[in-house]
Amino acid sequence: MKPSRLAECGNWVLNRFPVTKFWNDHMAQYYAPKNFNIWYFFGSLALLVLVNQILTGILLTMNYKPDAKLAFDSVEYIMRDVPWGWLVRYMHSTGASAFFIVIYLHMFRALLYGSFKHPRELIWIFGMLLFVALMAEAFMGYLLPWGQMSFWGAQVIISLFSAIPVIGDDLSLWIRGDYVIADATLNRFFAFHVIAVPLVLVMLVFMHLVALHEVGSNNPDGIEIKESKDPWGHPVDGIPFHPYYTVKDLVGVGVFLLFFATVIFYMPEMGGYFLEHANFIPADPMKTPEHIAPVWYFTPFYSILRAIPDKFAGVIGMGGSIVVLFLMPWLDRCKVKSIRYRGGIFKKALFLFVISFLALGYLGTQPVTPVATTLARLFTTIYFGFFLLMPIYTRWEKTKPVPRRLTKVKSFEDQLHEIEEQIPALIDEITEVKPVSTEIGHPAFKGAFFNRRPNPQGIVHVLSRVVTKLKRSLD
Amino acid sequence: MKSLVTILLLFTLVFNVSASEEVELQEANIDLSDTDSLQRGAQHFVTYCLGCHSAKHMRYLRFALDVGVDPKKVLNDIAPEGASIYDQIHSAMNKHDAEKWFGVQPPDLSLIARSRGADWLYSYLKSYYVDPSRPFGVNNLVFQDTAMPNPLWKLQGEQHAEARKTIYGEYTKLELDAPGSLSEHEFDLFVNDLVNFLVYVGEPVQLERERLGKYVLLFLIIFLVIAYLLKKEYWKDVD
Repeated sequence: MKPSRLAECGNWVLNRFPVTKFWNDHMAQYYAPKNFNIWYFFGSLALLVLVNQILTGILLTMNYKPDAKLAFDSVEYIMRDVPWGWLVRYMHSTGASAFFIVIYLHMFRALLYGSFKHPRELIWIFGMLLFVALMAEAFMGYLLPWGQMSFWGAQVIISLFSAIPVIGDDLSLWIRGDYVIADATLNRFFAFHVIAVPLVLVMLVFMHLVALHEVGSNNPDGIEIKESKDPWGHPVDGIPFHPYYTVKDLVGVGVFLLFFATVIFYMPEMGGYFLEHANFIPADPMKTPEHIAPVWYFTPFYSILRAIPDKFAGVIGMGGSIVVLFLMPWLDRCKVKSIRYRGGIFKKALFLFVISFLALGYLGTQPVTPVATTLARLFTTIYFGFFLLMPIYTRWEKTKPVPRRLTKVKSFEDQLHEIEEQIPALIDEITEVKPVSTEIGHPAFKGAFFNRRPNPQGIVHVLSRVVTKLKRSLD
Repeated sequence: MKSLVTILLLFTLVFNVSASEEVELQEANIDLSDTDSLQRGAQHFVTYCLGCHSAKHMRYLRFALDVGVDPKKVLNDIAPEGASIYDQIHSAMNKHDAEKWFGVQPPDLSLIARSRGADWLYSYLKSYYVDPSRPFGVNNLVFQDTAMPNPLWKLQGEQHAEARKTIYGEYTKLELDAPGSLSEHEFDLFVNDLVNFLVYVGEPVQLERERLGKYVLLFLIIFLVIAYLLKKEYWKDVD
């Protein structure tokens, strides 16, 4: 049979441009472990948010004016006079915060399951470069609305460069293009935010994915699925990314968008965390706001900066808190990847690290008080302790035996079902039957449930069981 | 484990320490669906604020469309004479005069509700008291040494500040000396209408976005259900 015209056209292209090969290599025949859990949604979500930022960003540039005299008003023009401008702007501003939430969870996943370890060191390095580029992107984008926080936040951060000995003052002058944040700064930040850094981001995402697809994805068990293959050379524990993970990620996208839309439509300012109140006042170089706080996603690092008494040492500390993340693949000496089979000391260290990261984040939004500074110092110490002591405490970690094949995980439905089955027994345990009373109550309150009262002994039993279970999970 | 608990306890302590200090604000009753209140607020704004303050991001036509009033009525009842319906709400005062009279140019009020908050505005407008040491003879409890004279003194009357002591500490209370043309309750409603209008002006699209949000969320829930069923179907034979 002669192929149709259309098919011939298609083949003409395919013979010259390997779309099918690309599709197969990266989607239809890319084998991913089949036991991905909830932590594995955030990679594809990060990509979704990146696309959202690029598309809404393009629309915003059509009406935004990168000019110190016009910038603030042009943003309000977008919010009020441009049809659907408010939606595009909120999608972009909420997207910025969403990006960091997703990325922080994505990075935490890597810590949990050892995704940064051999052979995925480069994926981690590219990812960290992405994180740094993302921070630069967010920082420069935040200047563009030209509000008070935009201006003074940038002023504070750029003046940090002047703490560098000898070249500091000239360097910060060179970055700003003026003696204070000014029109020149706004224009160059616009150029970086709109084209330079996005190009870097897209390129790094590409490299991140190429490196990932070369060595294959890690998984919650932290074992290499390529080590057990079927006769056709496919990993036994793997499934093609498309259609399995594309449809699964679609569910993740749905859940994410529900949260995302709720913020956009019902709380775009997020109580002053996503859009700071002071940023609704136009930038005024003559008036310093009483409390300058960076946007929430920078606050952990800002806290570290403030915690260190000397300015230059503070800058080093803040930079170091990022640099040290790059070194993760070499700091962690433990051969076991997944937290499921790692020793208690790592679990406890990671727990402390998470607490200190969140605490530093919170402290960074608050004004400086002596107590807050002391706490920030304590948490900064824990933060660095987690990384710098890692070569010591991971070397003698008592790990559990790692299975050779992926372990079965209960599906979400089964877990729900199991919990459902346990509820009656649990109620039986934490309550006891009331002694028979002669009081005449309302008939509605006479069911089996209302004949019971809390049983303190049972509650204590259940609580102690929960606590021992928690403690055991940390060993 | 014990040290962790101590740290967490300390943490809550800091939170409490940093939460105090400022003057307690009175709560404004914001209802953007109350179009009558918005119209009254707009009238008050034009009568009492527009002399010095603009709301330059807001157009009369936008207000007419959002509140659902005939644009002609907005021009007649609310806008100052000579304004066009497409105009933004500009003040007649020029920058030079303003700086000569008040030392600073009165800020544009388009976004004041978003930077200060409704409760702050409500409390601020109610918290003027007589203080002969200030250039305009008044000071403000919420915003000490404010450069703005009290534009509403004829309505509210004159208040004076009185220090009170209780077992909880010292605080200042404002007492009405000479009543104005409105009763206390009427004045509260007056200020509330004005603040309601300012909240609307801060983000005219708020009601629209909340209305749209319902449909978007509904769509997403349906999308999620379908995506979930699709996932389940595909994953049926994966063990």
